[in-house]
Amino acid sequence: MATEESEGLVFHPMDQFIIKPLFEESAEVTGVASEGGIAILPNGEIVAECARGIGEHIGVATLSTGQVAEIGCEQIVAFADAQSAGVPYLANLAELGLQPIRWYTVTNSTLWMALTVLAIAAMMLLGTRGRSVVPSRGQSIAELAYGFIHKMVEDVAGKEALRYFPYIFTLFLFIIFSNFLGLIPTAFTPTAQIAVTAVLALAVFLGVTILGFVKNGASFLQLFWVSSAPGWLRAPLAVIEVISYFVRPVSHSIRLAGNMTAGHAVIKVFAAFAALLAVSPLAILGVVAIYGLEVLVCAIQAYVFTILTCVYLKDALHPHH
Amino acid sequence: MAATRHIAWGAPLLLAAGPVRAAEEEGGLPQLDFSTFPNQIFWLVVALVAIYLILSRIALPRIGATLAERSGTISNDLAAAEDLKARAAEAEKAYEKALADARAEARGIADEARAEIQKELDAAIAEADARIAERAAESEEQIATIRDSATASVREVARETAQAIVAAMGVEADRGMVDAAVETRMEG
Repeated sequence: MATEESEGLVFHPMDQFIIKPLFEESAEVTGVASEGGIAILPNGEIVAECARGIGEHIGVATLSTGQVAEIGCEQIVAFADAQSAGVPYLANLAELGLQPIRWYTVTNSTLWMALTVLAIAAMMLLGTRGRSVVPSRGQSIAELAYGFIHKMVEDVAGKEALRYFPYIFTLFLFIIFSNFLGLIPTAFTPTAQIAVTAVLALAVFLGVTILGFVKNGASFLQLFWVSSAPGWLRAPLAVIEVISYFVRPVSHSIRLAGNMTAGHAVIKVFAAFAALLAVSPLAILGVVAIYGLEVLVCAIQAYVFTILTCVYLKDALHPHH
Repeated sequence: MAATRHIAWGAPLLLAAGPVRAAEEEGGLPQLDFSTFPNQIFWLVVALVAIYLILSRIALPRIGATLAERSGTISNDLAAAEDLKARAAEAEKAYEKALADARAEARGIADEARAEIQKELDAAIAEADARIAERAAESEEQIATIRDSATASVREVARETAQAIVAAMGVEADRGMVDAAVETRMEG
């Protein structure tokens, strides 16, 4: 998001990860501080904001009519009407950080999650419409994905884990599709968000842990008791095993979000160097190379997340070493 | 346009609570802006539930049925091919057997025919031999007759000739004497 004053291409590598409302609201600014404005929000609240110099933002305050606030070195008086404030203008509330992101707000993240769902539906429903014994191209792709994860679940976690195949397939498809959709320039990547990957990893962690206790009862705790180790080593090993068990969701979620964030940010960093004439060929080459690497990383991280889920599921079903 | 001058990546200072969202600190990760977490988690759950319903209600049963149908068709086809192969082998065996039978029969017929022909031939040869022998005997008889009659004629001629020669020499010869002399000569 370049500011108005910046010349040419300016990249902010981390801006692509900001959650923004999809539909930005504006409000008429009715009062003026020396370099700022006062906005009356749709809910009647009066907000004053102040900037000093070019592009430098000092602060925002919520005021009631006639109230005076100090923001930075400026004194701001809230006026309730436009006449006393001078020429009104529309302020972009989202840009000012004045538009709240509530739990139901439709954001850029919502948009890209919706596109992910649509893409999955297109692949899994449109392709398989024919149900032909000799598959079409689209049907082959859907069957390939199905067979790939089905085989992975069966091989890693065993036959009785196939009951949970739909859940694992859901995770895999969501991750791989949002990873790849995130590679589209200007796209948003939901899987680069800790909030998203943490929910995914916690869902796996809690699901697997609860399943382990339900299926095995207290003997699930044998997972932490390495009976093949020498006796005196078992207690310290159990401590290590317990710690590593609880670190699982952390590594599980941060691995995915970290990989996505790093790759996307590095592309933008290389792109920023492209503005310098001397290194621009190298920078463009770098962007291309990193992009190719990212294509691999997107697929591999989805695969890794899924196979780790299968491994954890296996531990829950067969906790005995 | 003063409004667009304000920046989101900068740091709006929070002076009051309310609708103003907790903004990113300078240099902080946007991902760690916890005020957006409820929103992301809500929409993530919505997306996951949607994907799960699409998969479990429609896509997976459909693909599973297609795959099962395909493997059924393939195993059926394989079984049918196996069956056909067995039948082909059986047919080949029957053909070989028929061929061998036919060959044996042909050999039998040929042998039979040969034996019959041989028998006919033998009979014909025997008959021919008998006929030849009969003819030979007949011929021999005739030859004997002819030889006898020739001998008789020779005697007659010799007698006549001797009579004539004797008469030509002017000697009246007794017929009986001449005959005896010729007889003696011819015996000799």
